[in-house]
Amino acid sequence: MIELLARHSPGLPEWLTLCVVLYSIGLYGLLTRRNAIAMLMAVEIMLNAAALNFVVFDRFSTNQQADGQVMALFVIVMAAAEIVVGMAIVVALYRMRGTVDINQMNSMRG
Amino acid sequence: MGLVSWIIAAPFLTMVAIVFVPERHWRMIRWIAAVGTGIGLILTCVLTYRYWMAASADLETLRTATMTKLYLVERVAWFKPLGIQYLVGVDGISVSMVILTSLIIFCGVLASWNVEVRTKEFFALLLLLVSGVFGVFLSFDLFLFFMFYELAVLPMYLLIGIWGTGPKEYAAMKLTLMLLVGSAFVLVGFLALFHQSGLHTFDLQQLGSIEYSDRFQWWFFPMIFVGFGVLGALFPFHTWSPDGHSSAPTAVSMLHAGVLMKLGGYGALRIAVYLLPEGAKEWGLFFMALTTINILYGAFGAITQRDLKYFTAYSSVSHCGFVLFGVATLNLMGFKGAVLQMFSHGIMTGLFFGLIGMVYGRTHTRIIPDMGGLAKVMPWLAACFYIAGLASLGLPGLSGFVAETHVFLGGFFGNAWTNVTIMRILTVTATFSIVVTAVYVLRGLATAFQGPITDPHFEKLTDATLTEKLATGILVATLLFVGCFPWLIIDLIEPALYPFVNRLH
Amino acid sequence: MDGDSGWMMQHAWLIPALPLVSFAVVGLLISPYWKKGAGVIATLSIVASMVCAYVLAWEYFTLYPAGGEHPILVPWSFEWLRYQPGLAANVGVLVDPISLLLMIVVTTVSALVHIYSNAYMHGDYGFGRYFTFLNLFTFSMLGLVVAPDIIQMYVCWELVGVSSFLLIGFYYNKPSAVAASKKAFIVTRFADLGFLVGVLLLSFYGYRIFPDWSAEVGAVANGLAGTQPVDFQYLNDPVFLAKFAALDTTFLGISLLTLSMCLVFMGAAGKSAMFPLHIWLPDAMEGPTPVSALIHAATMVVAGVYLVARLFPAFAFSGTAALLVAYVGAFTSLFAAVIGTTQDDIKRVLAFSTLSQLGYMMLALGVSTAEHTLGYTASMFHLFTHAFFKALLFMGAGAVIHAVHTNSIWEMGGLWRKMPITHITFLVATLAISGIWPFAGFFSKDEILAAALGSGHYVIFGVAVLVAGLTAFYMFRIYFVTFWGKGRGAGAAHAHEAPALMWMPMALLAVLSAVTGFFPMAEYVHLGEAEGHHGINLAVVIPATLFALIGIAMAASLYIGDGHRAVALAKMLGSVHQTIKQKFYIDEVYLFITHRIIFHRIARPIAWFDKRMVDGGVDASGWATRSGGRALSLLQTGQVQTYGLWFTGGVAFVVLILWSALV
Repeated sequence: MIELLARHSPGLPEWLTLCVVLYSIGLYGLLTRRNAIAMLMAVEIMLNAAALNFVVFDRFSTNQQADGQVMALFVIVMAAAEIVVGMAIVVALYRMRGTVDINQMNSMRG
Repeated sequence: MGLVSWIIAAPFLTMVAIVFVPERHWRMIRWIAAVGTGIGLILTCVLTYRYWMAASADLETLRTATMTKLYLVERVAWFKPLGIQYLVGVDGISVSMVILTSLIIFCGVLASWNVEVRTKEFFALLLLLVSGVFGVFLSFDLFLFFMFYELAVLPMYLLIGIWGTGPKEYAAMKLTLMLLVGSAFVLVGFLALFHQSGLHTFDLQQLGSIEYSDRFQWWFFPMIFVGFGVLGALFPFHTWSPDGHSSAPTAVSMLHAGVLMKLGGYGALRIAVYLLPEGAKEWGLFFMALTTINILYGAFGAITQRDLKYFTAYSSVSHCGFVLFGVATLNLMGFKGAVLQMFSHGIMTGLFFGLIGMVYGRTHTRIIPDMGGLAKVMPWLAACFYIAGLASLGLPGLSGFVAETHVFLGGFFGNAWTNVTIMRILTVTATFSIVVTAVYVLRGLATAFQGPITDPHFEKLTDATLTEKLATGILVATLLFVGCFPWLIIDLIEPALYPFVNRLH
Repeated sequence: MDGDSGWMMQHAWLIPALPLVSFAVVGLLISPYWKKGAGVIATLSIVASMVCAYVLAWEYFTLYPAGGEHPILVPWSFEWLRYQPGLAANVGVLVDPISLLLMIVVTTVSALVHIYSNAYMHGDYGFGRYFTFLNLFTFSMLGLVVAPDIIQMYVCWELVGVSSFLLIGFYYNKPSAVAASKKAFIVTRFADLGFLVGVLLLSFYGYRIFPDWSAEVGAVANGLAGTQPVDFQYLNDPVFLAKFAALDTTFLGISLLTLSMCLVFMGAAGKSAMFPLHIWLPDAMEGPTPVSALIHAATMVVAGVYLVARLFPAFAFSGTAALLVAYVGAFTSLFAAVIGTTQDDIKRVLAFSTLSQLGYMMLALGVSTAEHTLGYTASMFHLFTHAFFKALLFMGAGAVIHAVHTNSIWEMGGLWRKMPITHITFLVATLAISGIWPFAGFFSKDEILAAALGSGHYVIFGVAVLVAGLTAFYMFRIYFVTFWGKGRGAGAAHAHEAPALMWMPMALLAVLSAVTGFFPMAEYVHLGEAEGHHGINLAVVIPATLFALIGIAMAASLYIGDGHRAVALAKMLGSVHQTIKQKFYIDEVYLFITHRIIFHRIARPIAWFDKRMVDGGVDASGWATRSGGRALSLLQTGQVQTYGLWFTGGVAFVVLILWSALV
């Protein structure tokens, strides 16, 4: 198995498939979970899928400037910042409402 | 900074000064406003004189010119990538409109001597609005024009919404929304002109130096004309005017009916007819028919009104119809009549609304049948009312006559591109307004001011105070002056109008 | 102007300017502070103006003696209102025999009325205001008389209208006076609409024909360089008229010349109160009596006649328009005379008599032609004499009203003993208007009748003779009822003679009414060759005098004594009498049209339409926006995940579109 894997190094389509799968998992989680923390985690997965996408394209492009990696690092930093803000909001909401169930947060209803 | 910029800046600087005065010194605030607008009036005199000195030299060349000649121009590049400039200057039409605005705002400030609620904000907004109005009349860059145009329209919302009477929020909202719809049309038209010309500039002169395709003109002339027409109370877009005017406080009604409505006619002439002459030829008759309706419809509408302000507002609809009618006749007399009517109606209706405010401040009613016999207790106000009324029915010796005969002659003489017979039929139809106007003016004023005093409370009312006498006196004197010495203002306006006519050929 | 013209000729503008200055000074400075001074200064200014008018007339007729050529001079004018290059309205002074005639009439009557008013209005609340308005009126009327072009005529035309409005409504807290003033203004305004359209037509065609005309008559060479297309001299020029009449354009088969003259006549008919625009004049009697004497008898109401006379060559050229003038004039004179026989208010009788006499002047103008201009002279002659005796009648009526405090003739009676001077002057005026030799009316009426007969309009001649009889009848009716018999009302018992300031002008007018008939008018006012005074034409004099005497005899038999015969006659006539007394219900017809139709069928629906349809449309668009927004806001669930789903779906949709486009 390992041998097989070693011999057959994955190409671009495989990596992209992985990204799509990861992204879809994240999106599914974002749309279905009712828990705000779980939704944040799903967003993390989606962000990582995007970051992975950058790295993959960088790896398979002929350009040797490592732009993709740079962007991936950006994404990671962004994600960290986002999780900080997001968690802060969630905690604040929890303090106010005593729940993190997203169904309760509908004060913007038209 | 040149003279023209100072004229725009004077009210603005006065506003800034007022902002820094604490609210509790409200007496000082109104003095600052009066002095500031008084300075504006003086600057206007200087402007008129300097324009006249500069322009009288090339009267002959203007007779055959096809381009407006500007005087006292100030030009500063503002936003180069889009070719936006700060471009201000004057020609004869602007000068007459600036005189009008200066007079009205000065008298308007005097007439609002008794505003005691939020005096500071009131005068600040009023002066901001006036800056915008001056800007519109003096700017010759379409972008700048539009910016000032919006600046002139928007403070109105607050002025009516806060200091108004009656259903003021409704009126303020209706007025603002309708005028913004109009300016949306205008903006689209401006952008289309900018794009179509390919000159990468908003400079009115440069935009006027090229010819637009007939198809383009056919589409965009009515768009700009109607866009300005909303502000000029073009039927059927006039309906903001009765509600807006009757809810607004005195000075705002004066300024709005007296000056702001003129922006419509001004823009229609200055931009729509100037830049799109072929479109004007195509659409002239249509708009003439529409404005004929305007004239008669407003007059008949005024007959049954019971509220003095509604009464005057409908009469404004009728009179502003003359402005646009004159523009639509597309000849020298019509254009001149339109500008004269703008001036004359501005003064007249400013006087009307000022007087209504003064009478309302005493009787606390504006319902005409509730008044009666007021001439006995307030002879000055009654006399001014009658003078304004007689001016509005076109009595010779007052300015209305000069303007209206120009418009009628313009309509009757016709032009080379339109069916003259139909133009004449429309003109003769429009002349019926002189009778209908007489009917409603005399009915309304006779009920309010003549006959026995109906309400015993009225016996104790007083006549105009000194400030009120000053305010109304200035406006009455202007009406008489223009009516008796029409050549002075005609000499100012006429040279500026030749290019408009020559462009049509 | 040639150099030998006199000082007054060069300063002819003083005649209208003096009242104008006095109007401004009295109105602004004097009347609020010094009531009595207002009357004095106003009167003095008019007297000065009168003196100027006499001097001007003397200078003119020294230059161009009686019986010879009388050219039209414009000694002073300037460009007032430039409509466009080649079309401007001048303000100026035109001097010719008829303008001089009118200047003299206006200033004389006005000066006398001013003097009279100082006593009549004494102690009145609005004394200063009264004289201010009276000065304004005199200025406007003089401006109208001296107008060298049709625009100045129109301008002053409106100004006399407004001064008349102000003076009729002088007692502004009296509702009937207010209503009358409105009615007068609006009716004449309606007529002015015709005038205005006529002016538009004349100025357009005048402007268009002007270059041709100028080339043909050699305007520059003939010293007409400054002529404008709206000048009367141009509009009356035969070359212009020929070109105008020859235009191909017609309106419903009427030539444009005739059309514009008919429209101008509409204005004239309004101001001169011709049927059916006469309804305002009887009501105008609500004004103070001296005002009625000045404005609604002697001067303003003859403005219409003057306008037709001023444009007489054009009317005569058109022919049809002149006929219209003649028939409208004849009809009005009969119609008004018939109504005059039944009215009870002394001033209203005089008002209807004014209508009738104005009809006379109009018909005289109408029957004249370019060749046969006797009617033109006659009309001006009658205007001249009528101004004096009718002003006198009104002043007499004013003196009576002043004494007995009522307008109804049935509450007067027996006044000859108490008011001898008023009685004598009133009698002189009554004889003059009835056309009894040797009083003034005899001569002028005689000329009118001769003109009608001579031009072959026999129907009009018949009507005019009949009217002469009716006039004598109704004038002697009020004379007998007012001055003879016994005093009937409380006021009549305490009546006293008018003060000297009132009777002196009356006495002067009585002298004028008695002697002006001998004035050789034809020597001075004529068109073309002077037609010598034709002497006494028996074919005219005998029927006219006969009818007048019959009228007097009937009045005497019916109204001397207790008047029971008159009551019996009225009963016998029944509804006919009632119809006449109600002025043929014309007022009711107007009321129906204005109130029922214009107010209820036009103005109300328009106001409704504006409120419901136009405004409703705007409100509806606001409503549609708001409810559209409300409907769309339902999509806003507040659930982030729903938005996410929509978002994802949207992205997928766009991707699919793009993909399908690519493939």
